[in-house]
Amino acid sequence: MIAEQEIVGRGAVEGARLMRDWFARLDAAAERKEPAAYVFVMGSLAEILRAFDMHLVFPEINSLQTAVRHVAHEYLGMAEDYGYSPDVCGYVKADVAMQLQGGKHSMGRLPKPALALATNACNTYVKWAEFWERYYKIPMVTLDIPGSRTAAGGAAPGTDAFESDRRYLEIQLRELITECERITGTRLDMDRLREVLDYTNRMAAAWKRVLELNRGRPALFNALVDGTVYLGVLNALRGTREGAEYFERLVEEMEYKAAHRLGTIQDEKYRLLFVGVPCYPIFRRFHEMFADQGGVFVASSYLWFAAGGLDLGFQYDLTRPIESLAEGVLVGVRHAGDAMLFHDQSLIEQVDQFGADGIVYHPVKSCRTVSTSLAGSRKAVMKARDIQCLFIESDMMDRRVVSEAQLKNRIDAFFEGLGSQRLRTIAATVTA
Amino acid sequence: MRYAGGVDVGSTQTKAVVIDEARRIVGRALIMTGANVVTAAQEAFQAALDDGVVREADVGYVIGTGYGRYKVTFGNDQVTEISCHARGAAHLFPGTRTVLDMGGQDTKAIRVTDTGDVLDFCMNDKCAAGTGRFLQAASFALEIPLGELGGIAQQSTRPVKISTTCTVFAESEVLGWAAKGKKIEDILMGVHRSIAARSVALLRRVGVEERVTFTGGVARNVAMVAVLNELLGVPLQVGEDSHYMGALGAALFAMDRIVAGQAANVGAAS
Repeated sequence: MIAEQEIVGRGAVEGARLMRDWFARLDAAAERKEPAAYVFVMGSLAEILRAFDMHLVFPEINSLQTAVRHVAHEYLGMAEDYGYSPDVCGYVKADVAMQLQGGKHSMGRLPKPALALATNACNTYVKWAEFWERYYKIPMVTLDIPGSRTAAGGAAPGTDAFESDRRYLEIQLRELITECERITGTRLDMDRLREVLDYTNRMAAAWKRVLELNRGRPALFNALVDGTVYLGVLNALRGTREGAEYFERLVEEMEYKAAHRLGTIQDEKYRLLFVGVPCYPIFRRFHEMFADQGGVFVASSYLWFAAGGLDLGFQYDLTRPIESLAEGVLVGVRHAGDAMLFHDQSLIEQVDQFGADGIVYHPVKSCRTVSTSLAGSRKAVMKARDIQCLFIESDMMDRRVVSEAQLKNRIDAFFEGLGSQRLRTIAATVTA
Repeated sequence: MRYAGGVDVGSTQTKAVVIDEARRIVGRALIMTGANVVTAAQEAFQAALDDGVVREADVGYVIGTGYGRYKVTFGNDQVTEISCHARGAAHLFPGTRTVLDMGGQDTKAIRVTDTGDVLDFCMNDKCAAGTGRFLQAASFALEIPLGELGGIAQQSTRPVKISTTCTVFAESEVLGWAAKGKKIEDILMGVHRSIAARSVALLRRVGVEERVTFTGGVARNVAMVAVLNELLGVPLQVGEDSHYMGALGAALFAMDRIVAGQAANVGAAS
């Protein structure tokens, strides 16, 4: 029998510790001048790189840490002094500033890259990786991962079209393996790859279960605050024993909370969906502006696209690792892309699955990729469901475009609208 | 007789309204907000009481609204000006389905139910283009009092095209047109059309459904009303108290609370 105080909140505490340890290992790797692969959350190919025992550096995670720690403006200013426009992605600029300072950042130091790996999941990724390629004179590999191409979704596994895309990606993965073998001077150990794939399988299955458990009432975790901690572990420790064990323990925590009806907030009044990237410059305060009025984020598109598709729970076939890896990456990254480009239908389904009362759209100034489609999505979802939608714009990095007073005003009005909608619903029920 | 009060502390001006149980405005006041927001709220409320010859002790509930709503320290609660303008507009103009509120630094497009509940809203983001502040910049640049801008603009025959979306740059663009010899009325009409175009874009985002009610300080500007009528193709509803709509909405919410409290007391007693 587990005591409540031992299990409730364990995921947040252990997740924060794992991330600190991960940053400490990167710092130690920098000290020992060990090389790393610089990768992105959508298509990190952690499985291949870990099989070569390469350190993984996620610049997106490093950059957001500067915003959460309220020092992002120093990095953005340095990159803008170097010549970057205020309109360029804040993640890119914070990373450029880190590299200009020899890899120093708010959590320690970064090892220098031996490989830059990008995918086409975000158009900025490619230009970002080109910076490392030029600055460090390192090889760059860009994976062209076929997207869904239509709002109806991509070709289903088993079809000729899917198999064609999968083969196209498999060829690219084999090129990546060749490049890794050249850089590290070692051959790919297929058993080691299977081991890494198996850890990812365990993480994906557990993550899918965690997300599903939050459909119940009350919500077990806040998709915006707790979810971001889980997401960090999901990316940083993808394909590791630590990561697999963490998520299996997280399932245990969530099942315990569900069984004992322990919600993430005491008085859950409104269940909300979040669409976009969090407002990291005022991360806690942003959350409080909703939580103070009984609003809890039960799901977030961020946990979908920034998870690199792991939320699907895809299981690699260990008997044919490279082929299956190509299949999993194709399905996962395509799914992540759909979360940014073709999400109307999925949001409508989530409104029903999670019993959502409202949706908060948060387009950010410095990321057009995740923000451009949101206005159209809002209209489509409001047409399909009688649901309150809030549209607030700020940024995930740049505090110069985050106006707390303006945000608060809109959020308060949103809750007033939710309140009057609930009264109308009650009145209609009584009348009927 | 019980009264209710609403105090709308805006970025430029503070408005206060007192209503009676029949929800009629009995007192109103408007002062410049200035640097001391708490004092502005108190002074505006006192002036509204004086205007209606109402004793403060007879006011059963006060709601603060606007950016300074939490500075209405003597108030009982706060409601956003989005909900208040919607409520006030639906009260003064029954049948209102869309509200355009143009204030000092905010412009809001609000879609409402028949009772004034907010269904959807959009606001200008991150800059004051398309708000009253844009007019203020023109007023300052051309040294013409704000209240005279609309009347002069209506004399325009060939309005200029104001292309900037920045309120600060608008001042230099206005002066640039003046330096080129353009008539003041044509420049001012250009400014009005620029602001109106941005407001119409906001309205289209929430969906323009008749009837449309225009509220806020800029609703007193005759040229703005005319340009918006032309661009929207529907006549805007504007009244003498459009400027007080936020404060009126707050007072109406306050009266709801008084009535709800009385009902609860009756229920408890019976």
